[in-house]
Amino acid sequence: MSVTKLSADAVASRAVRGRRRFRITPLRVLIGVLLAALAVVVLYPLLWMAISGFKTNAELFGDAWGLPAQWRFSNYVQAWDYGVVHYIFNSLVVTVGSIVLVTLVSSFAAFALVQVRIPLGQPILMLILGGLMLSETVALVPLFRIMRSLDLYNTLIGIIILYTAFRIPFTTFLIRAYMIDLPTELRDAAIVDGASLWQMFWRVTLPLCYPILISAAILQALFSWNEFVFALVFIKDDALKTMPVGLMALQSKLTTNWPVVFAGLTISAIPMVLAFLFGQRHFVRGITEGLGK
Amino acid sequence: MKRQLARRSVGYLWILPALVLLLVFVYYPIVENFRLSLYSWNAFRPVPKFVGLNNYQRVFADPVFWTAIVNNVWYAVVSVAFQVGIALVLAALLEGVVAPRLRGVLRTVYFIPATISITIVGLLFRIIYQPEGLLNAFLGLFGVESTRAWLGEQETAIGSVIAMSQWQNLGYTTMLFVVAIQRIPKEYYEAALVDGAGAVRTFFSVTVPLVREMTTLLMIVTISGAFLVFNEIMATTQGGPNNSSQVLGTWLYQSAFKNDDMGYATVIAVVIFVFTFTAALLQLAYSRLRRVEQ
Repeated sequence: MSVTKLSADAVASRAVRGRRRFRITPLRVLIGVLLAALAVVVLYPLLWMAISGFKTNAELFGDAWGLPAQWRFSNYVQAWDYGVVHYIFNSLVVTVGSIVLVTLVSSFAAFALVQVRIPLGQPILMLILGGLMLSETVALVPLFRIMRSLDLYNTLIGIIILYTAFRIPFTTFLIRAYMIDLPTELRDAAIVDGASLWQMFWRVTLPLCYPILISAAILQALFSWNEFVFALVFIKDDALKTMPVGLMALQSKLTTNWPVVFAGLTISAIPMVLAFLFGQRHFVRGITEGLGK
Repeated sequence: MKRQLARRSVGYLWILPALVLLLVFVYYPIVENFRLSLYSWNAFRPVPKFVGLNNYQRVFADPVFWTAIVNNVWYAVVSVAFQVGIALVLAALLEGVVAPRLRGVLRTVYFIPATISITIVGLLFRIIYQPEGLLNAFLGLFGVESTRAWLGEQETAIGSVIAMSQWQNLGYTTMLFVVAIQRIPKEYYEAALVDGAGAVRTFFSVTVPLVREMTTLLMIVTISGAFLVFNEIMATTQGGPNNSSQVLGTWLYQSAFKNDDMGYATVIAVVIFVFTFTAALLQLAYSRLRRVEQ
């Protein structure tokens, strides 16, 4: 590697550290300006969406840059009344439901594989991890028949089950990798104390896995909150639609009233943006670990 | 000993829920999809009729299918350029040039679109791309008079959706590269500095080789994702105008649930499977390889 060519003795030279100060050079300023411009390009459309939510149609299309003459909070109220609150609520239900179910079922599986060490663990592990290679779209058409015959079509529980099943391989992979590195002393102590597997799981293993469970939960939340294919195909009633599909319905209900649609979009965007801003550290940790998929 | 054995067979109960869910809702449908791709059925003929490779012939003879493949490939190429290439440069600039205090702020700002649902972004860009929308207004600031309906015209529809997708995802991979760069031991950069290597040289001989693992992984994930694109299209063009922005996912959906041609749809699913399965195998092989090397 070319890195090693850069004199190794310099590595030892600690004196260098102090010298890495920030000098302002024209190039730095230029790059700074470019990066700031990119930040504007990223943020402005979102800000524009929120502001447009307060406008009238005429203002939105006549004067794209301007501020509304009058800030119409009524648009936001109207969007809320048009069902946005239901969509967000349904999304919350499937998100929380599938987080609980997938972390639990996957922790069970990882526990069996790592700590109980069931016979035939290796082929079973392969079977579970093999699921990582399969995607939702490929299963869509046959699932349509299966969901109907199991009476899970057009139900939130059906959606929760699908969100769980398709994320078991990844979540098990994540939790298992973490469980393998747990210290064995506590487990051995629990066995000596005559704890049952059930007690061992809840009192010893699961609490120790807390950090990885948080990461798993965040990744699952990002998935379920935004999932679209299953939510589109397997939910029919407007009252059961989750946010990503519901907003499409909102748009077709309000074909010409874009400011109200924008108000609805803004309301729907806020929960996840806030969650990210407040839990950024966990998000970053989660997505870094999540790269297995 | 006996107790140990009892414990072990009880162990299967722990793994049972995961296995049942996987077999019923993931493995069975995918196997079933392969079988059904040899049958023809729809709402009027609910009992599948064996037709051999007829569905495959129909799909491969259909120009829309090829449009979809080309669009997916486009999606993959542009996404790799932005979300791997440009994201890496961006991350290196953030870590190397920007004052530490500003770094965190910029990274956070860049990441925000990735937390927002694709539907929200798609509906927002529908208006941004309208003739009297924000993009044309922006171009007007530079004296470019445009009344183009970016999503409504065949030449620009898919390109506009791909551009939107880069806007949304650039910050996500940048964040991952930032994490990878932060894991590089500082000593390497100090050595480069002592040797008088310039910023560009340092980037190519320190940063790039030491984040290679992240680069490869992200490349595979991005390509695989490009073949699964669905929501982006549904929220904007829905494949139009005149099927010019169809991708495999949307064409599958439309064939199955709008055109009621289930057999045709299962063939598209097989094609998607081939692409994503290959990507997954590559990813697996690569992480194995890395583990052996280390």
